[in-house]
Amino acid sequence: MFDFQFLSYNAQSVLLSTFLLGIAAGIIGCFAYWKRQSLMSDALSHAALPGVVLGFAVLGEKNLFVMILGAAITALLGAWMIHLIRTSSRVKEDAAMGIVLSVYFGLGMMLLTFVNKMPNGNQSGLDSFIFGQAASMVNKDVWTMIGVATVVLIMMIIMFKEWKLFLFDPSFAKGLGLSLTKMNVIYMALLVLVIVVGIQAVGVILMAALLIIPSVSARYWTDSFKTMVILSALFGGGSGLVGTLISTLGSGWPTGPFIVITASLLFVLSLAVGRKKGLITLYLQHRSKQIFNGLKQMEEGQ
Amino acid sequence: MCSALTVQVQDLSAAYRKSKVLENINFEIKPGTMTSIVGPNGAGKSTLLKVMLELHPSIIGEVLFFGEKYQKAKSKIGYVPQRGSVDWDFPTNAIDVVMMGLYGQIGWFRWPNKIHKERAMGALSEMGMENYADRQISQLSGGQQQRVFLARALVQDAELYMLDEPLAGVDATTERAIMDVLKCLKERGKTVMVVHHDLQTVEDYFDQVLMLNKSVIAHGPTEEVFTNDNIMKTYGGKLRWMGGKLNV
Repeated sequence: MFDFQFLSYNAQSVLLSTFLLGIAAGIIGCFAYWKRQSLMSDALSHAALPGVVLGFAVLGEKNLFVMILGAAITALLGAWMIHLIRTSSRVKEDAAMGIVLSVYFGLGMMLLTFVNKMPNGNQSGLDSFIFGQAASMVNKDVWTMIGVATVVLIMMIIMFKEWKLFLFDPSFAKGLGLSLTKMNVIYMALLVLVIVVGIQAVGVILMAALLIIPSVSARYWTDSFKTMVILSALFGGGSGLVGTLISTLGSGWPTGPFIVITASLLFVLSLAVGRKKGLITLYLQHRSKQIFNGLKQMEEGQ
Repeated sequence: MCSALTVQVQDLSAAYRKSKVLENINFEIKPGTMTSIVGPNGAGKSTLLKVMLELHPSIIGEVLFFGEKYQKAKSKIGYVPQRGSVDWDFPTNAIDVVMMGLYGQIGWFRWPNKIHKERAMGALSEMGMENYADRQISQLSGGQQQRVFLARALVQDAELYMLDEPLAGVDATTERAIMDVLKCLKERGKTVMVVHHDLQTVEDYFDQVLMLNKSVIAHGPTEEVFTNDNIMKTYGGKLRWMGGKLNV
């Protein structure tokens, strides 16, 4: 396949991690897309930030497990607050998400300033959680990423028809005996898992892009749910790979923005020439139909 | 005696937020009957089906299917929700949607096989839709989508079919196809409950009628119950009846 010999061992493992992260995010992003929760994934990534920082503050050192735990707790707290605001007030869901997203992010930034003043706080590299610094990932992080991607892949494959039914028609799914509560819990758990391991690589702000853009791009190419999930995974993985490669070209270049720019380019391409819904594709189909009809009329006229 | 009834609803009440939409509902459905549920908009027709199927919580009351709670009886119930309840832009085709009706029988975490596909195909042809099996669901007409939904319930091979407005906004071909299949189900001894909006066809299509407006206004054989008086009671002054026979 590709020859990455020119890269250091560390750079190779970073590449592998962002590739796997892209795949996992692409798959979960597809589920979020059809649950109409793309924005929810954005709110959750932001809500994870205070948890990450608190996780660090508690131990005073960077322990991935504790930080992930913290992130998961605040992210779920954020999700719960969105639900609470929506059901107990007149505030609509999008506004509720906006509130939670900014409040949690602000809280995270505030905590971050405190933690940076702590002894050995400034060495924590916590700043990289905002824009992502895949280069700061170590071997253990790569294994975490491999683990998460494997879990997401397995859950996607063995529960494929359940996901499809759950996303297309939840009330019918319930009638068949599929527990919606369980499905929601599994979905949430996978989403939060991908977010918290992902924010180290691409950052809080851009994590959502990795969840949203690949699935939206994939939609332009296919009318099959299976193909859409596979394409979304490939788009996500590809963006992770290419974005990281570009970021290794300069020293200290953040990974997140390059991954997102790559994903966005893929999106623009899909929007234009996607086989099923691409704008240019549709235009050409429309034109050729017109020409065909025109010719037919001419023929009939003769 | 209990188990001889397909459906028993006792003292059922339900609410949306704080306003009660169903109050003290009591009725029984006998096997092999075809019942239409009629009533004005907001009378709680769809809610009644959802509450019975535990898709919407009830405040109080009991629902029994074949003498058992819903959870035990659900494999014998085929539900056809309103067409607007799902996003038809979802990337899948007609045969796939029909196959979803078999997921319970296939078993969770297993993949469907050829036999399942053939059964789904059979249900599609029963609805006159065999030529549309591979068609994207977004490219089907409203009536065709409705027929796909009914086919999905047919493959479940249920004893009781509950349909929510299956004839709303469909073309004449679809209406005929759906009614033919429902009659066929009845002849095979199945029980059918349909939320229905078109008062003009109630007498032609259904042998039983349940007239609903928050509570049951009248219930029984169509020829006895579907009277001008009861229609007036159900719809209040809101109805302007255009038919000849039922002029009020």
